Amino acid sequence: MKEPTTGWSDHDVEQLIGRLLQIGVAAAAVVTVVGGVLLLAQHGSSRPDYSVFRGEPAYLTSPGAILRGAVAMRSEAIVQLGLVLLIGTPVARVAFTLLAFVFQRDRTYVIITAIVLALLLYGLVFGHV
Amino acid sequence: MTTVAFALIVAIGSFAAGLLGALTGLGGGIVVVPMLTLVFHVDLRYAIGASLISVIATSSGAAAAYVREGFTNVRVGIVLEVATVVGALVGALLAQFISTSKLSMLFGIVLLFAAWRSLQPREEHALLTTPDKWSARFRLDSTYPTAKGEQAYSVQRVPAGFALMFIAGILSALLGIGSGIIKVLAMDQLMRLPYKVSTTTSNFMIGVTAAAGAGVLLHRGQIDPTVAFPVMLGVLSGAVLGARMLGRAHTKHLRQVFTAVVVVAAFEMLYKGATGAV
Repeated sequence: MKEPTTGWSDHDVEQLIGRLLQIGVAAAAVVTVVGGVLLLAQHGSSRPDYSVFRGEPAYLTSPGAILRGAVAMRSEAIVQLGLVLLIGTPVARVAFTLLAFVFQRDRTYVIITAIVLALLLYGLVFGHV
Repeated sequence: MTTVAFALIVAIGSFAAGLLGALTGLGGGIVVVPMLTLVFHVDLRYAIGASLISVIATSSGAAAAYVREGFTNVRVGIVLEVATVVGALVGALLAQFISTSKLSMLFGIVLLFAAWRSLQPREEHALLTTPDKWSARFRLDSTYPTAKGEQAYSVQRVPAGFALMFIAGILSALLGIGSGIIKVLAMDQLMRLPYKVSTTTSNFMIGVTAAAGAGVLLHRGQIDPTVAFPVMLGVLSGAVLGARMLGRAHTKHLRQVFTAVVVVAAFEMLYKGATGAV
């Protein structure tokens, strides 16, 4: 990235992207550990069978339902919230990059980044392909 | 096996996968699916979901450091992400129509390809500075830090690289892998980026590619919290430790051992797929 037309240099953007990724992964890991410990405390002695695919129940398959489950302190939903935060980390990175290109008035890259962000959000929010 | 025992053993196995993956440069994601299906008899669809999650964790963690060091070509990454993200959504679409037996066999073939690539001697190619139409259009040419200071390079064959990235995206969502080997191949061999720029830019793109597939797999119920959390935490901590050890460890023999493991896993996946045991 070269020749910024406004305040944000490419170097600044790179530093901020790096920081954003670190924070995202760390936050996801912390939430997942908390949920995982709770999950093992509550269901640790059960004997689940993963050799047959049944699919997850509805409250563990969409970000909105997962958030509601986590607020209600359901351990599986807290783990799943951590995993959604992790999936959201690269998405947040793309959103942040879009913002940086808007500030740099870089029209070509605003369009390209917006396409990537729209596709990512579509997959995460709707999940139908 | 109780849930506690399952989580503990899967976490240890995933830790080893993350550690070896980081030390050898093959990535841990490639052995997570064979480990879960062949050793723990987890259904392939749950295994792919958990693996894709772990791929996001390791690539985002590593990308954070590389971006700050200035190796990553962010513009190249963003342009090619259009191809990998579309590819990932197409891969998630295709996954509905492909039986787990066929997926298992495809996984075996991809593992063999990865093993073959890892045994190839790595040659630094000369950097080109000839201008390219597409590279100029998207201002992809850049510089990267070397021992002799900032070194300029130009980017070649963007459409061919873009096409290969689409395939990398399909395989990522279909098999739950990062497809880093194909991404590096596209940038290093086709687009003539410096090797270090290719590997770091690949890492930068892997998180976004995997997130596109993981979003769809989440809605499909393929991401099980009890399977995914020990895998994610194990691979991530293994990869973090591996990255710290990288400068000090002798990786040549490790690489041979890990490649042998990949080959054995490849034939197991092929066999199980061919006999319909998956």
